[in-house]
Amino acid sequence: MATIEEAGPNAPVTIATRVDKVSPRVRLGGKLRAGVVITVTVVGLIPVLVMIVTAFKTRTDILASPPLIAFQPNLEGFVFLFTDRAVVAASRIQEFTARAEAGQLNLWEQIAFESGQEITGTSDYVRRLQNSLIIAGLSTVASVVLGLFAAYAFSRFKVPGKDDLLFFILSTRMLPGVVVTIPIFLMYRQIGLTDTHFGMILLYTAFNLSFSVWLLKGFIDEIPKEYEEAALVDGYTRWQAFYKIVLPQAVTGIAATTVFCLIFAWNEYAFALMLTSEKARTAPPSIATMLGRGGIEWSAIAAGSLGFLIPVVIVTFALRKYLLRGITFGAIRQ
Amino acid sequence: MTTANAHTHTALPTSGAGKQRRHLSDGAIRNLFIWPTLALLITMNVFPLLYSLYLSFTNYSAIAGKAPVWVAFKNFGDILGDEQVWQHFATTGRYALLSVSLQTLLGFGLAMLVRQKFRGSGLVTTFILVPMMISPVVVGLFWKLMYNPTFGYFNYLLGFTDPSRAPDIIASAFAGKPVPNLALYGVVLVDVWMWSPFVMLLVLSGLNAIPDYLYEAAAIDRASSWFQFWRITLPQVAPLLLIAVLFRTIEAFKSFDLVMGMTGGGPGDQTELVAVYLYRAAFLGQFRTGYSSALAYIILIIIIAVSNLYIKYLNQIRGES
Repeated sequence: MATIEEAGPNAPVTIATRVDKVSPRVRLGGKLRAGVVITVTVVGLIPVLVMIVTAFKTRTDILASPPLIAFQPNLEGFVFLFTDRAVVAASRIQEFTARAEAGQLNLWEQIAFESGQEITGTSDYVRRLQNSLIIAGLSTVASVVLGLFAAYAFSRFKVPGKDDLLFFILSTRMLPGVVVTIPIFLMYRQIGLTDTHFGMILLYTAFNLSFSVWLLKGFIDEIPKEYEEAALVDGYTRWQAFYKIVLPQAVTGIAATTVFCLIFAWNEYAFALMLTSEKARTAPPSIATMLGRGGIEWSAIAAGSLGFLIPVVIVTFALRKYLLRGITFGAIRQ
Repeated sequence: MTTANAHTHTALPTSGAGKQRRHLSDGAIRNLFIWPTLALLITMNVFPLLYSLYLSFTNYSAIAGKAPVWVAFKNFGDILGDEQVWQHFATTGRYALLSVSLQTLLGFGLAMLVRQKFRGSGLVTTFILVPMMISPVVVGLFWKLMYNPTFGYFNYLLGFTDPSRAPDIIASAFAGKPVPNLALYGVVLVDVWMWSPFVMLLVLSGLNAIPDYLYEAAAIDRASSWFQFWRITLPQVAPLLLIAVLFRTIEAFKSFDLVMGMTGGGPGDQTELVAVYLYRAAFLGQFRTGYSSALAYIILIIIIAVSNLYIKYLNQIRGES
């Protein structure tokens, strides 16, 4: 993270590091500041909390006014999210009640039955989630691998027009997605790639590549050239030097890039909305369209959002150190 | 396809036996490493750009099944002569201006606050960053839940769900008047919530890069902290602050996910940003492909113009310091 400062013998000794000399006023100021920051953070996280809480509410709890703070946590939202259900016919309610009392219903069926419904199958969302995993996963691998090669070449070799090429690569990321979607939609329709996994993977790979090249180039630039040169002198080929010397040293950079590409592909909405319909639709557009089916199922939406958010939050914490570099993709060289 | 190429080509040197390895010169490796990337970017970005430039001069519709007919500048004329579109541009401009300036203020303030470390500040900064990692459409959805007029939290806190409990000031201010057009501000608030941390992150890295001796010299001269802020902190951070503003402005003009998640452009066309309008024109109703390509190009030109202005200004500032 950017706040990590140089320490060690070279760090200048400033008066303020002597705690005993800090005046009470300054210390109070520091405490006040920390207080303000923590308050802002907590207030800022309230929306996320609301979502988490909503995911565990039942439909009636959500519609309550005033909004319930204390409530019985319930998995209804998750059940609604992952299953297709039908209203239990009046004639079969008896049968279901009997089964429920006999303990024959599993947890999911029981929760669904509490709102008078029976499970008829898994919902579309499960398939959407699978699509998300496939598309985000494969496109990330592709963009990191390609990006790694390109970044290495840009970092180590003389490339004619290098700066222009790098700028070109960066500029592709700056394009508004909507500008390229229309022609890509037409292009895909022509060659039969609309609503296919391959088409989406290709598109996300292209979109992530610029980012991956810039980020990885930054990391590879920091690996001293001398290592490879020594290896080359020892009789390694270029490929071996790349594979055995550079790659292991770039592991942190690769990890950071992977995760950023994954987050982008995971969260992407606009392309998926415009270029997929059924077969290859990912989760984000489908969370939004859950509104349409049989009233607004807020708990299902919240559950879907929550499930979708958890990986990202974990990653945010894992990646604190690289966050800045990742987000600005090379605009800032530290 | 390009992915596959990269694998097979780069795998060659290791699979080739002994002496053949040397055959791949640095130049060849360089080309093999760079070209797959460039080829992919050209097919997925440059080609579409040229294609849509062509389409923008035609009356093509993706669902009409007719060949595109060249109409020269008619699309551009239609767009620039349409008051409705100007309205959408004005909305986008207001949205961009409001949200970017609020984000800048808030992000800068936050960065100044977390600049000096305190116990747990690392953890807190990470928590601050969480909003911007979430999918905008998901963010839009759960803010929509909080904004909900009947069971949302905002109306409850303001007392609107139970008029007898409404605070007097608010209640009397709105009594008997039409509901003001607040939708855009609602979206701006969410955008600010989401992206202030981004500005903070950039400013923070700028603040950390300011050399200590500047402050030491100022302290020796007994400069007030106010003076230090205006003469040292602000000028030193300005380039990074501008980069943050530039990124956010570009993003605001492209803004789509968040609005679609929250309002879908409504109510009426209060939050109909150009990107949303573009989506509607291109992919809903009549699929006016030629028209929307022209609109896309106009947006692109605006973005390029705005970025160039910023970059010019940025270079000026950099030249001075």
